[in-house]
Amino acid sequence: MAQLIIPTPLRKFTAGAATFTADAPHVGGVLNALAEAHPGLQPHLFDADGSLRHFIRVYVGDEDIEALDGVNTPVAAGTDISIIPAIAGGISHRP
Amino acid sequence: MTSHPMTSLPMTASPATRLQHLRPHVGSTPLVRLRALEPRPGVEIHAKLEWQQLGGSVKARAAHAILTKVAPHLGGRRVLDATSGNTGIAYATFCAAAGIPLTLCMPENASPERKRILQWLGAELHLTSPFEATEGAQDAARQLVAADPGRYAYVDQYNNDANWRAHVESTAPEIWAQTAGRITHFVAGLGTTGTFTGTSRGLRTHGQVTCVALQPETALHGLEGWKHLETARVPGIYDDSVADAVASVSTEAAYAMMQRAARETGLLLSPSAAANVAGAVAVAEELESGVVVTVLADDASKYHDTLTRLS
Repeated sequence: MAQLIIPTPLRKFTAGAATFTADAPHVGGVLNALAEAHPGLQPHLFDADGSLRHFIRVYVGDEDIEALDGVNTPVAAGTDISIIPAIAGGISHRP
Repeated sequence: MTSHPMTSLPMTASPATRLQHLRPHVGSTPLVRLRALEPRPGVEIHAKLEWQQLGGSVKARAAHAILTKVAPHLGGRRVLDATSGNTGIAYATFCAAAGIPLTLCMPENASPERKRILQWLGAELHLTSPFEATEGAQDAARQLVAADPGRYAYVDQYNNDANWRAHVESTAPEIWAQTAGRITHFVAGLGTTGTFTGTSRGLRTHGQVTCVALQPETALHGLEGWKHLETARVPGIYDDSVADAVASVSTEAAYAMMQRAARETGLLLSPSAAANVAGAVAVAEELESGVVVTVLADDASKYHDTLTRLS
């Protein structure tokens, strides 16, 4: 199971839950499972084509998935996945 | 006697006096007409180039007003506030020039350019969780002042009336004068909401103006400083009765407008400035005639990461 950390602005759609766990082989699978569990999140994460909105930054561990294999980046059991809001010109710092 | 290089005042002048002498460098920004983006003859779109003032963005107006209000009462305390960037840079600019110590709480995921600028200007930074956006920075500021009230004066731009009043007193009369009273619509995004609330209130003291507030379309977005009303902590200074309408702008639409504005107007805009233009164009497209005005908070110079990703 991978654990996904949900940023504060999205927690209104998860009944306040700060984390979500899912058993999926790739980042995209975990994000899809999140959106299926909390349908209100769908338009906030994905565009009309079902692609991850490209201003949303997702990290696996310390790595931006954009520098890996995007939503096809594999996730191992116990991996932390983070969704980070892009404020003030973007992100280049991992927490 | 040593004089301050920016104000020509002696270095022994009080912070309040030095702030007063910086006032002519705040506001009085150009209003430019964006003819290339106008939908049809008879409908004009104008924009204030807010980065053309000391402090580098629209936030200079509120920051200067907030500092002017608190400066006589500091008693040796540091000014403290939460920011996602632009207000912090304006505070840091004025505080450096006026000799006021400054502490800022900001999310760790603010752009490296902003953090570097703030450090160069001498601000003390407390970086907060990237998961909690500016709400986390506000909470951190409250905790700092609660733990050590003798060290900090928390000025709280989200709940400080000096924020919106600055726009009543400067932005609104400038727009009224620069359009010769012809403005029919004012369009601006909601962040602290000071720009929209204050400018709208100020314009209505001069005449009939339809005021359209903009918010990001989604809870997560790339429009720095903007608040998604349904999911964000709504600032205390926001008055929803001021807006005649609230419209949404997607980050994708803002990015597209960044590219269009650069090619068709020569203006390199920040994402939030481009979102304001996109909102203004959308309002203009619904009109048969009118004069639509918006504000361009800052330019693209602090958005290297965004420009790189969009290239």
